[in-house]
Parts: sequence; structure tokens; C-alpha cells
Amino acid sequence: MTPTPTRARRRGALIAWAFLAPALLLFLYFKFIPMFTGLTMSFQEIRYIDSQWVGLDNYRTILTDDAFASAIWHSLVLALGTTAGSLVLGLGFALLIEGPARYLWFVRTAAFLPVVTTMAAVAEVWRIMYHPGDTGMLNSILGWVALDPQPFLASEDSSLLSIMGMSIWRGTPYDMMIFLAGLVGVDRTLYEAAAVDGASTWRRLRHITLPALRPVFWILFTLAAIRGLRVFVEVYVLTNGGPNGSSEVLMTLIYKLGFQTGELGIASAGGIVLFAATLLLTVLVQLMRRRQAAS
Amino acid sequence: MRFDSALGLEARRGPVAVAVKVLLYSGMVLIFTGPLVALLISAFNETLDPTAFTLWPDSFTFENFVQAGERNVYLYLFNSFVVVGFGLLLQVIVSVFAAYALARKKFRGMSIVMLIMLTTMMLPEEIIAIPLSLVLADLPVLHLDLIGTYAGMILPVGAWGFSILVMTEFMKEVPVELEEAARIDGAGELRTFFTIILPLCRPALGVIGVFGFTMIWDQYLLPLIVAPESGMWTLPIALRSLRSDEEVGIGVVLAASLLALLPSIIAFLAFQRQFMRGLTSGAIKG
Repeated sequence: MTPTPTRARRRGALIAWAFLAPALLLFLYFKFIPMFTGLTMSFQEIRYIDSQWVGLDNYRTILTDDAFASAIWHSLVLALGTTAGSLVLGLGFALLIEGPARYLWFVRTAAFLPVVTTMAAVAEVWRIMYHPGDTGMLNSILGWVALDPQPFLASEDSSLLSIMGMSIWRGTPYDMMIFLAGLVGVDRTLYEAAAVDGASTWRRLRHITLPALRPVFWILFTLAAIRGLRVFVEVYVLTNGGPNGSSEVLMTLIYKLGFQTGELGIASAGGIVLFAATLLLTVLVQLMRRRQAAS
Repeated sequence: MRFDSALGLEARRGPVAVAVKVLLYSGMVLIFTGPLVALLISAFNETLDPTAFTLWPDSFTFENFVQAGERNVYLYLFNSFVVVGFGLLLQVIVSVFAAYALARKKFRGMSIVMLIMLTTMMLPEEIIAIPLSLVLADLPVLHLDLIGTYAGMILPVGAWGFSILVMTEFMKEVPVELEEAARIDGAGELRTFFTIILPLCRPALGVIGVFGFTMIWDQYLLPLIVAPESGMWTLPIALRSLRSDEEVGIGVVLAASLLALLPSIIAFLAFQRQFMRGLTSGAIKG
């Protein structure tokens, strides 16, 4: 006997949910329940035995606290600097190594290595390279071109910039690869037409290549900005927020509040604020994109 | 004149152009691989200056790796492999099952499931780190304490939106006729899935496999939360303590860093094609 259509459909739906169950269960336990817990915790003063509801107090603390203000500022600077640096360099390198030649493929593979490396280990490597003494690797290189040794991570003025340097090193090849994929899609006949019209390379770049890359650009921008805002490992390993809080970002501050000082409520509120900022940024970028596409 | 790139650099063959290109490309390779090469050389060098890397090795030695053993580095490496092995296995199984439902079945609530996937990808795991540590210490309903266990590091990476979406996109391409033919031959749901769909998805398995591997290998906050005792540390989180321990020499730190870097680099070089494919098919890595 063949099952009736409705019964077959119901059976299909049942099977679908059964196949989805493991994923949904894991998401529920390790994403949604923590998210919900975090939200409720952010309105409480968490104590060992009985926690108390404190309404928006935790949020008030965050928004008025100097440490949070500077952490938010550092996160923004780091996110925007890293994003802009990786995008510009990524685009530049992508243009330079575009092409089908075999040696270019080698250059691409080699240049891509930083992206797949383990952050924690790479950060240890950069810590050594950033050694402030004049024997440090980067300082030796600066010495060759007759520049003074820099303190890098050891100074309040340059700690954040030094972290940014490493993040750009690791982010550039990723952007480069995505730009390269975008460049493949550019219509070649347009280049030909431009050459017939006698357009210079610069004009060709500006009027044909760059407009074609615009969607890629926005995707990369959003991704990098979000990733930049939530940066943790880089800072935790390189400086742990120091010296003197000069490179403290939101996540390292939240981590310290949560796991070292035990201010779980405030830390959770910080997490929610970070999430809200991420969401806002994504929506803003999408709106800007839509507007640009419309005009 | 040729038009296969925006700048047309490749077509320039003059001696000056070639010289500039050689300089440019070797400079690029140097910038991006230099730090890694410096680590590779220094880790095998005998006399170590804690402030600098050695680019010209004066003596080759395995001593750093021997000493690393005394500092439990191989235990940490073992932990990392346990987590990445079982974590990846779980992740791939969960992804192919979920993708099968999303790609081949029509059911009510599918758009909600898709929304759930996208939400989890939008939600940075860093943000839920603190509540996650509480949830892991006492799982709701089940009341299990996963702190200090492998399961605590494995289960949370089991479901990953990126893998599920990549797999779903791929499965949509598998022709329905093949599935129908199997049905007519009397194959059941699981049989169709394992004998028809899954073998055809092998290229996509490579993609989610290599991405999953690097993603799990790079986990930092999760093991940091789950493994308070050094016996359960994974290699990435052990590095920082090794370095700040006065008694541990720089050689051990270098050897351990190299061991932490190699697996994902090898995975990338071995599965390069799949990696690039995943990268460009969905620039949506969360």
C-alpha cells in the first residue's frame, strides 16, 4: 500500500527534523542557552548563593566606567585600523599578483599561510619579533635603514599599533584571496574596449576594476569589522591589555571581569553591548550597501 | 596586448619589468612567510638568544624538542589532537545530517531553521564565553559538569553554521533523479543517504573538513574556559604559560609554537584546492 500524500509529507518532515536534531540540540545547548543566560545575568548582581536583580545597573556601570570607555575606544581603533589596513594592502597585493602564471600561484600560496596559522602561536612569534631591545628582529631591520629602535609592545604609545600590525599581517592575505576571486569575475572585454579608447591603466582600474569589486569590498569590510570588534587572543597573548591599559580591548576587559574579578553581571552586560555593537554595525553596512546599489 | 589582468603586469617582459617583479614577489613571500621561517629555523638552533630569532643557524639540534617533553608539551599536543579529532568527526557528521534535511526535504519551519543557523554565525562565540562557562559547569536538564573534560571542548564545536551551509549548498546540486531511482529500488532513507548522497558529496566533505580542522585547532577561549588544570590544556593555550614560566627556556616555547603551527599549515597545503573553494564559495566564515 502506498502512503497517502499527506502522510508521506508528514513522514518527510519527521525525517527532516530527525536529521536536524543533533545540530539544533548542540546549538540550543552551546549557543542559545548561553546567550539567554548571558542576557539574564546582565541584569543581575551575580553572587555565589543568591543573585539579585539590579535592573540596568550593570549597563550604567559600563557606560560610565572609564576602563570600559577606553576599552571600547581601543576596540574600535583596532577594528577599523586592522580592517582598513588589510583591505588596502589586500587589494594592492591582489592587483599585483593577478594572473594565471605558475609562479604567481606559488606566491599566492606562500602569502596565504598567515591566514591558516594558529593565532596563539603566531602571537608568540610576533612577541619575539617585537622585542624592544635593539637586538629584536624588527628593530634590527629598522637598524638597517638607519631608524631608531622602537619599543613596540612595551610602550603605551605603540602597543595598540603593534597589535594592529600583526593583525594586518594575518588579515591581508585573506582579503587578497577574496579580491583575487572577485577579479576573475571582471569582464575582460571591457578592458579591451578601454584599451581601444586609449584609456590609461589608472583610468581602467578606477572605472572598470574597482566598481566590479564593490560587493566583495563590502562583504570583507563587514566581516573584518565584526571580527575586529571581538578580538581577544591577539591582545591576550601579546600584551594582555598592557602596558598600563593602553591596549585593553572589550573582550580582554570582559574576560578579566568575568574570570578574574568575578564581576559576572557586569561582564555579561559587556558581552551584550558588544553583541549589540556588532549587530548595529552589520545592519549599518547593509543599509549603506543598499543605498549605494540603488543610486 | 593582452587583457587577462587589471594591471597587465604579466605581459611586461622587459628586463626592468622582470627585475621589479622578482623584487616585488620575493618581497611579498618574505613578508608573509618570514616570521614562520624564522620560527622554523630557530626552533632547531642550539644557542638561542631570547630576544631574537636566528636566521642563520649555527648548530642543528633536537634539544628544544626533547626539553619540550619535560614540560608536558606532548601532553598538550595530544590533548589538541583528541579535541580536533573527535570535534571534527562530530562536526562533519552533524553537518551532513543537517544539510541533508535542509537540501533535500521540504518541511514547515525550514526558514526558521535557516534563521537559527545564520544567527549562530552572527553571534561571536567570544561574547557568550562567560555564560557558556556556567552552562558547561552545569548543563541544563542533564546536570552534567563538563569543566575539565574533553567533552567540554568537543561538544560546543560540534555544530558550526558555516559547515552546514556549505554542505547544504553542495547537496542541492545532487540530481534528484539519483535519489528517486534508489527509492524505487527500495532503498530506505538512511541507505539512500549513505550510498547515494554522501559519496557524491566527497568534494564538499574536503572543504568542511579542512575548514573545520583549522577552526577547531585555533580554538582558544573555549579550552581556556573548559580546562582550568594544566593536564587538560591544549597546545595553543599552554604556550602563554610556558612563555611566562621563568624556568622554561625560550627554546621550549619556540618548539611548542612550531608544533602548534604545523598541523593547520600541513592541513592547508594538503587540501589547498578545497580550502580555496570553501573560501570563495562562501566568504561567510563566522
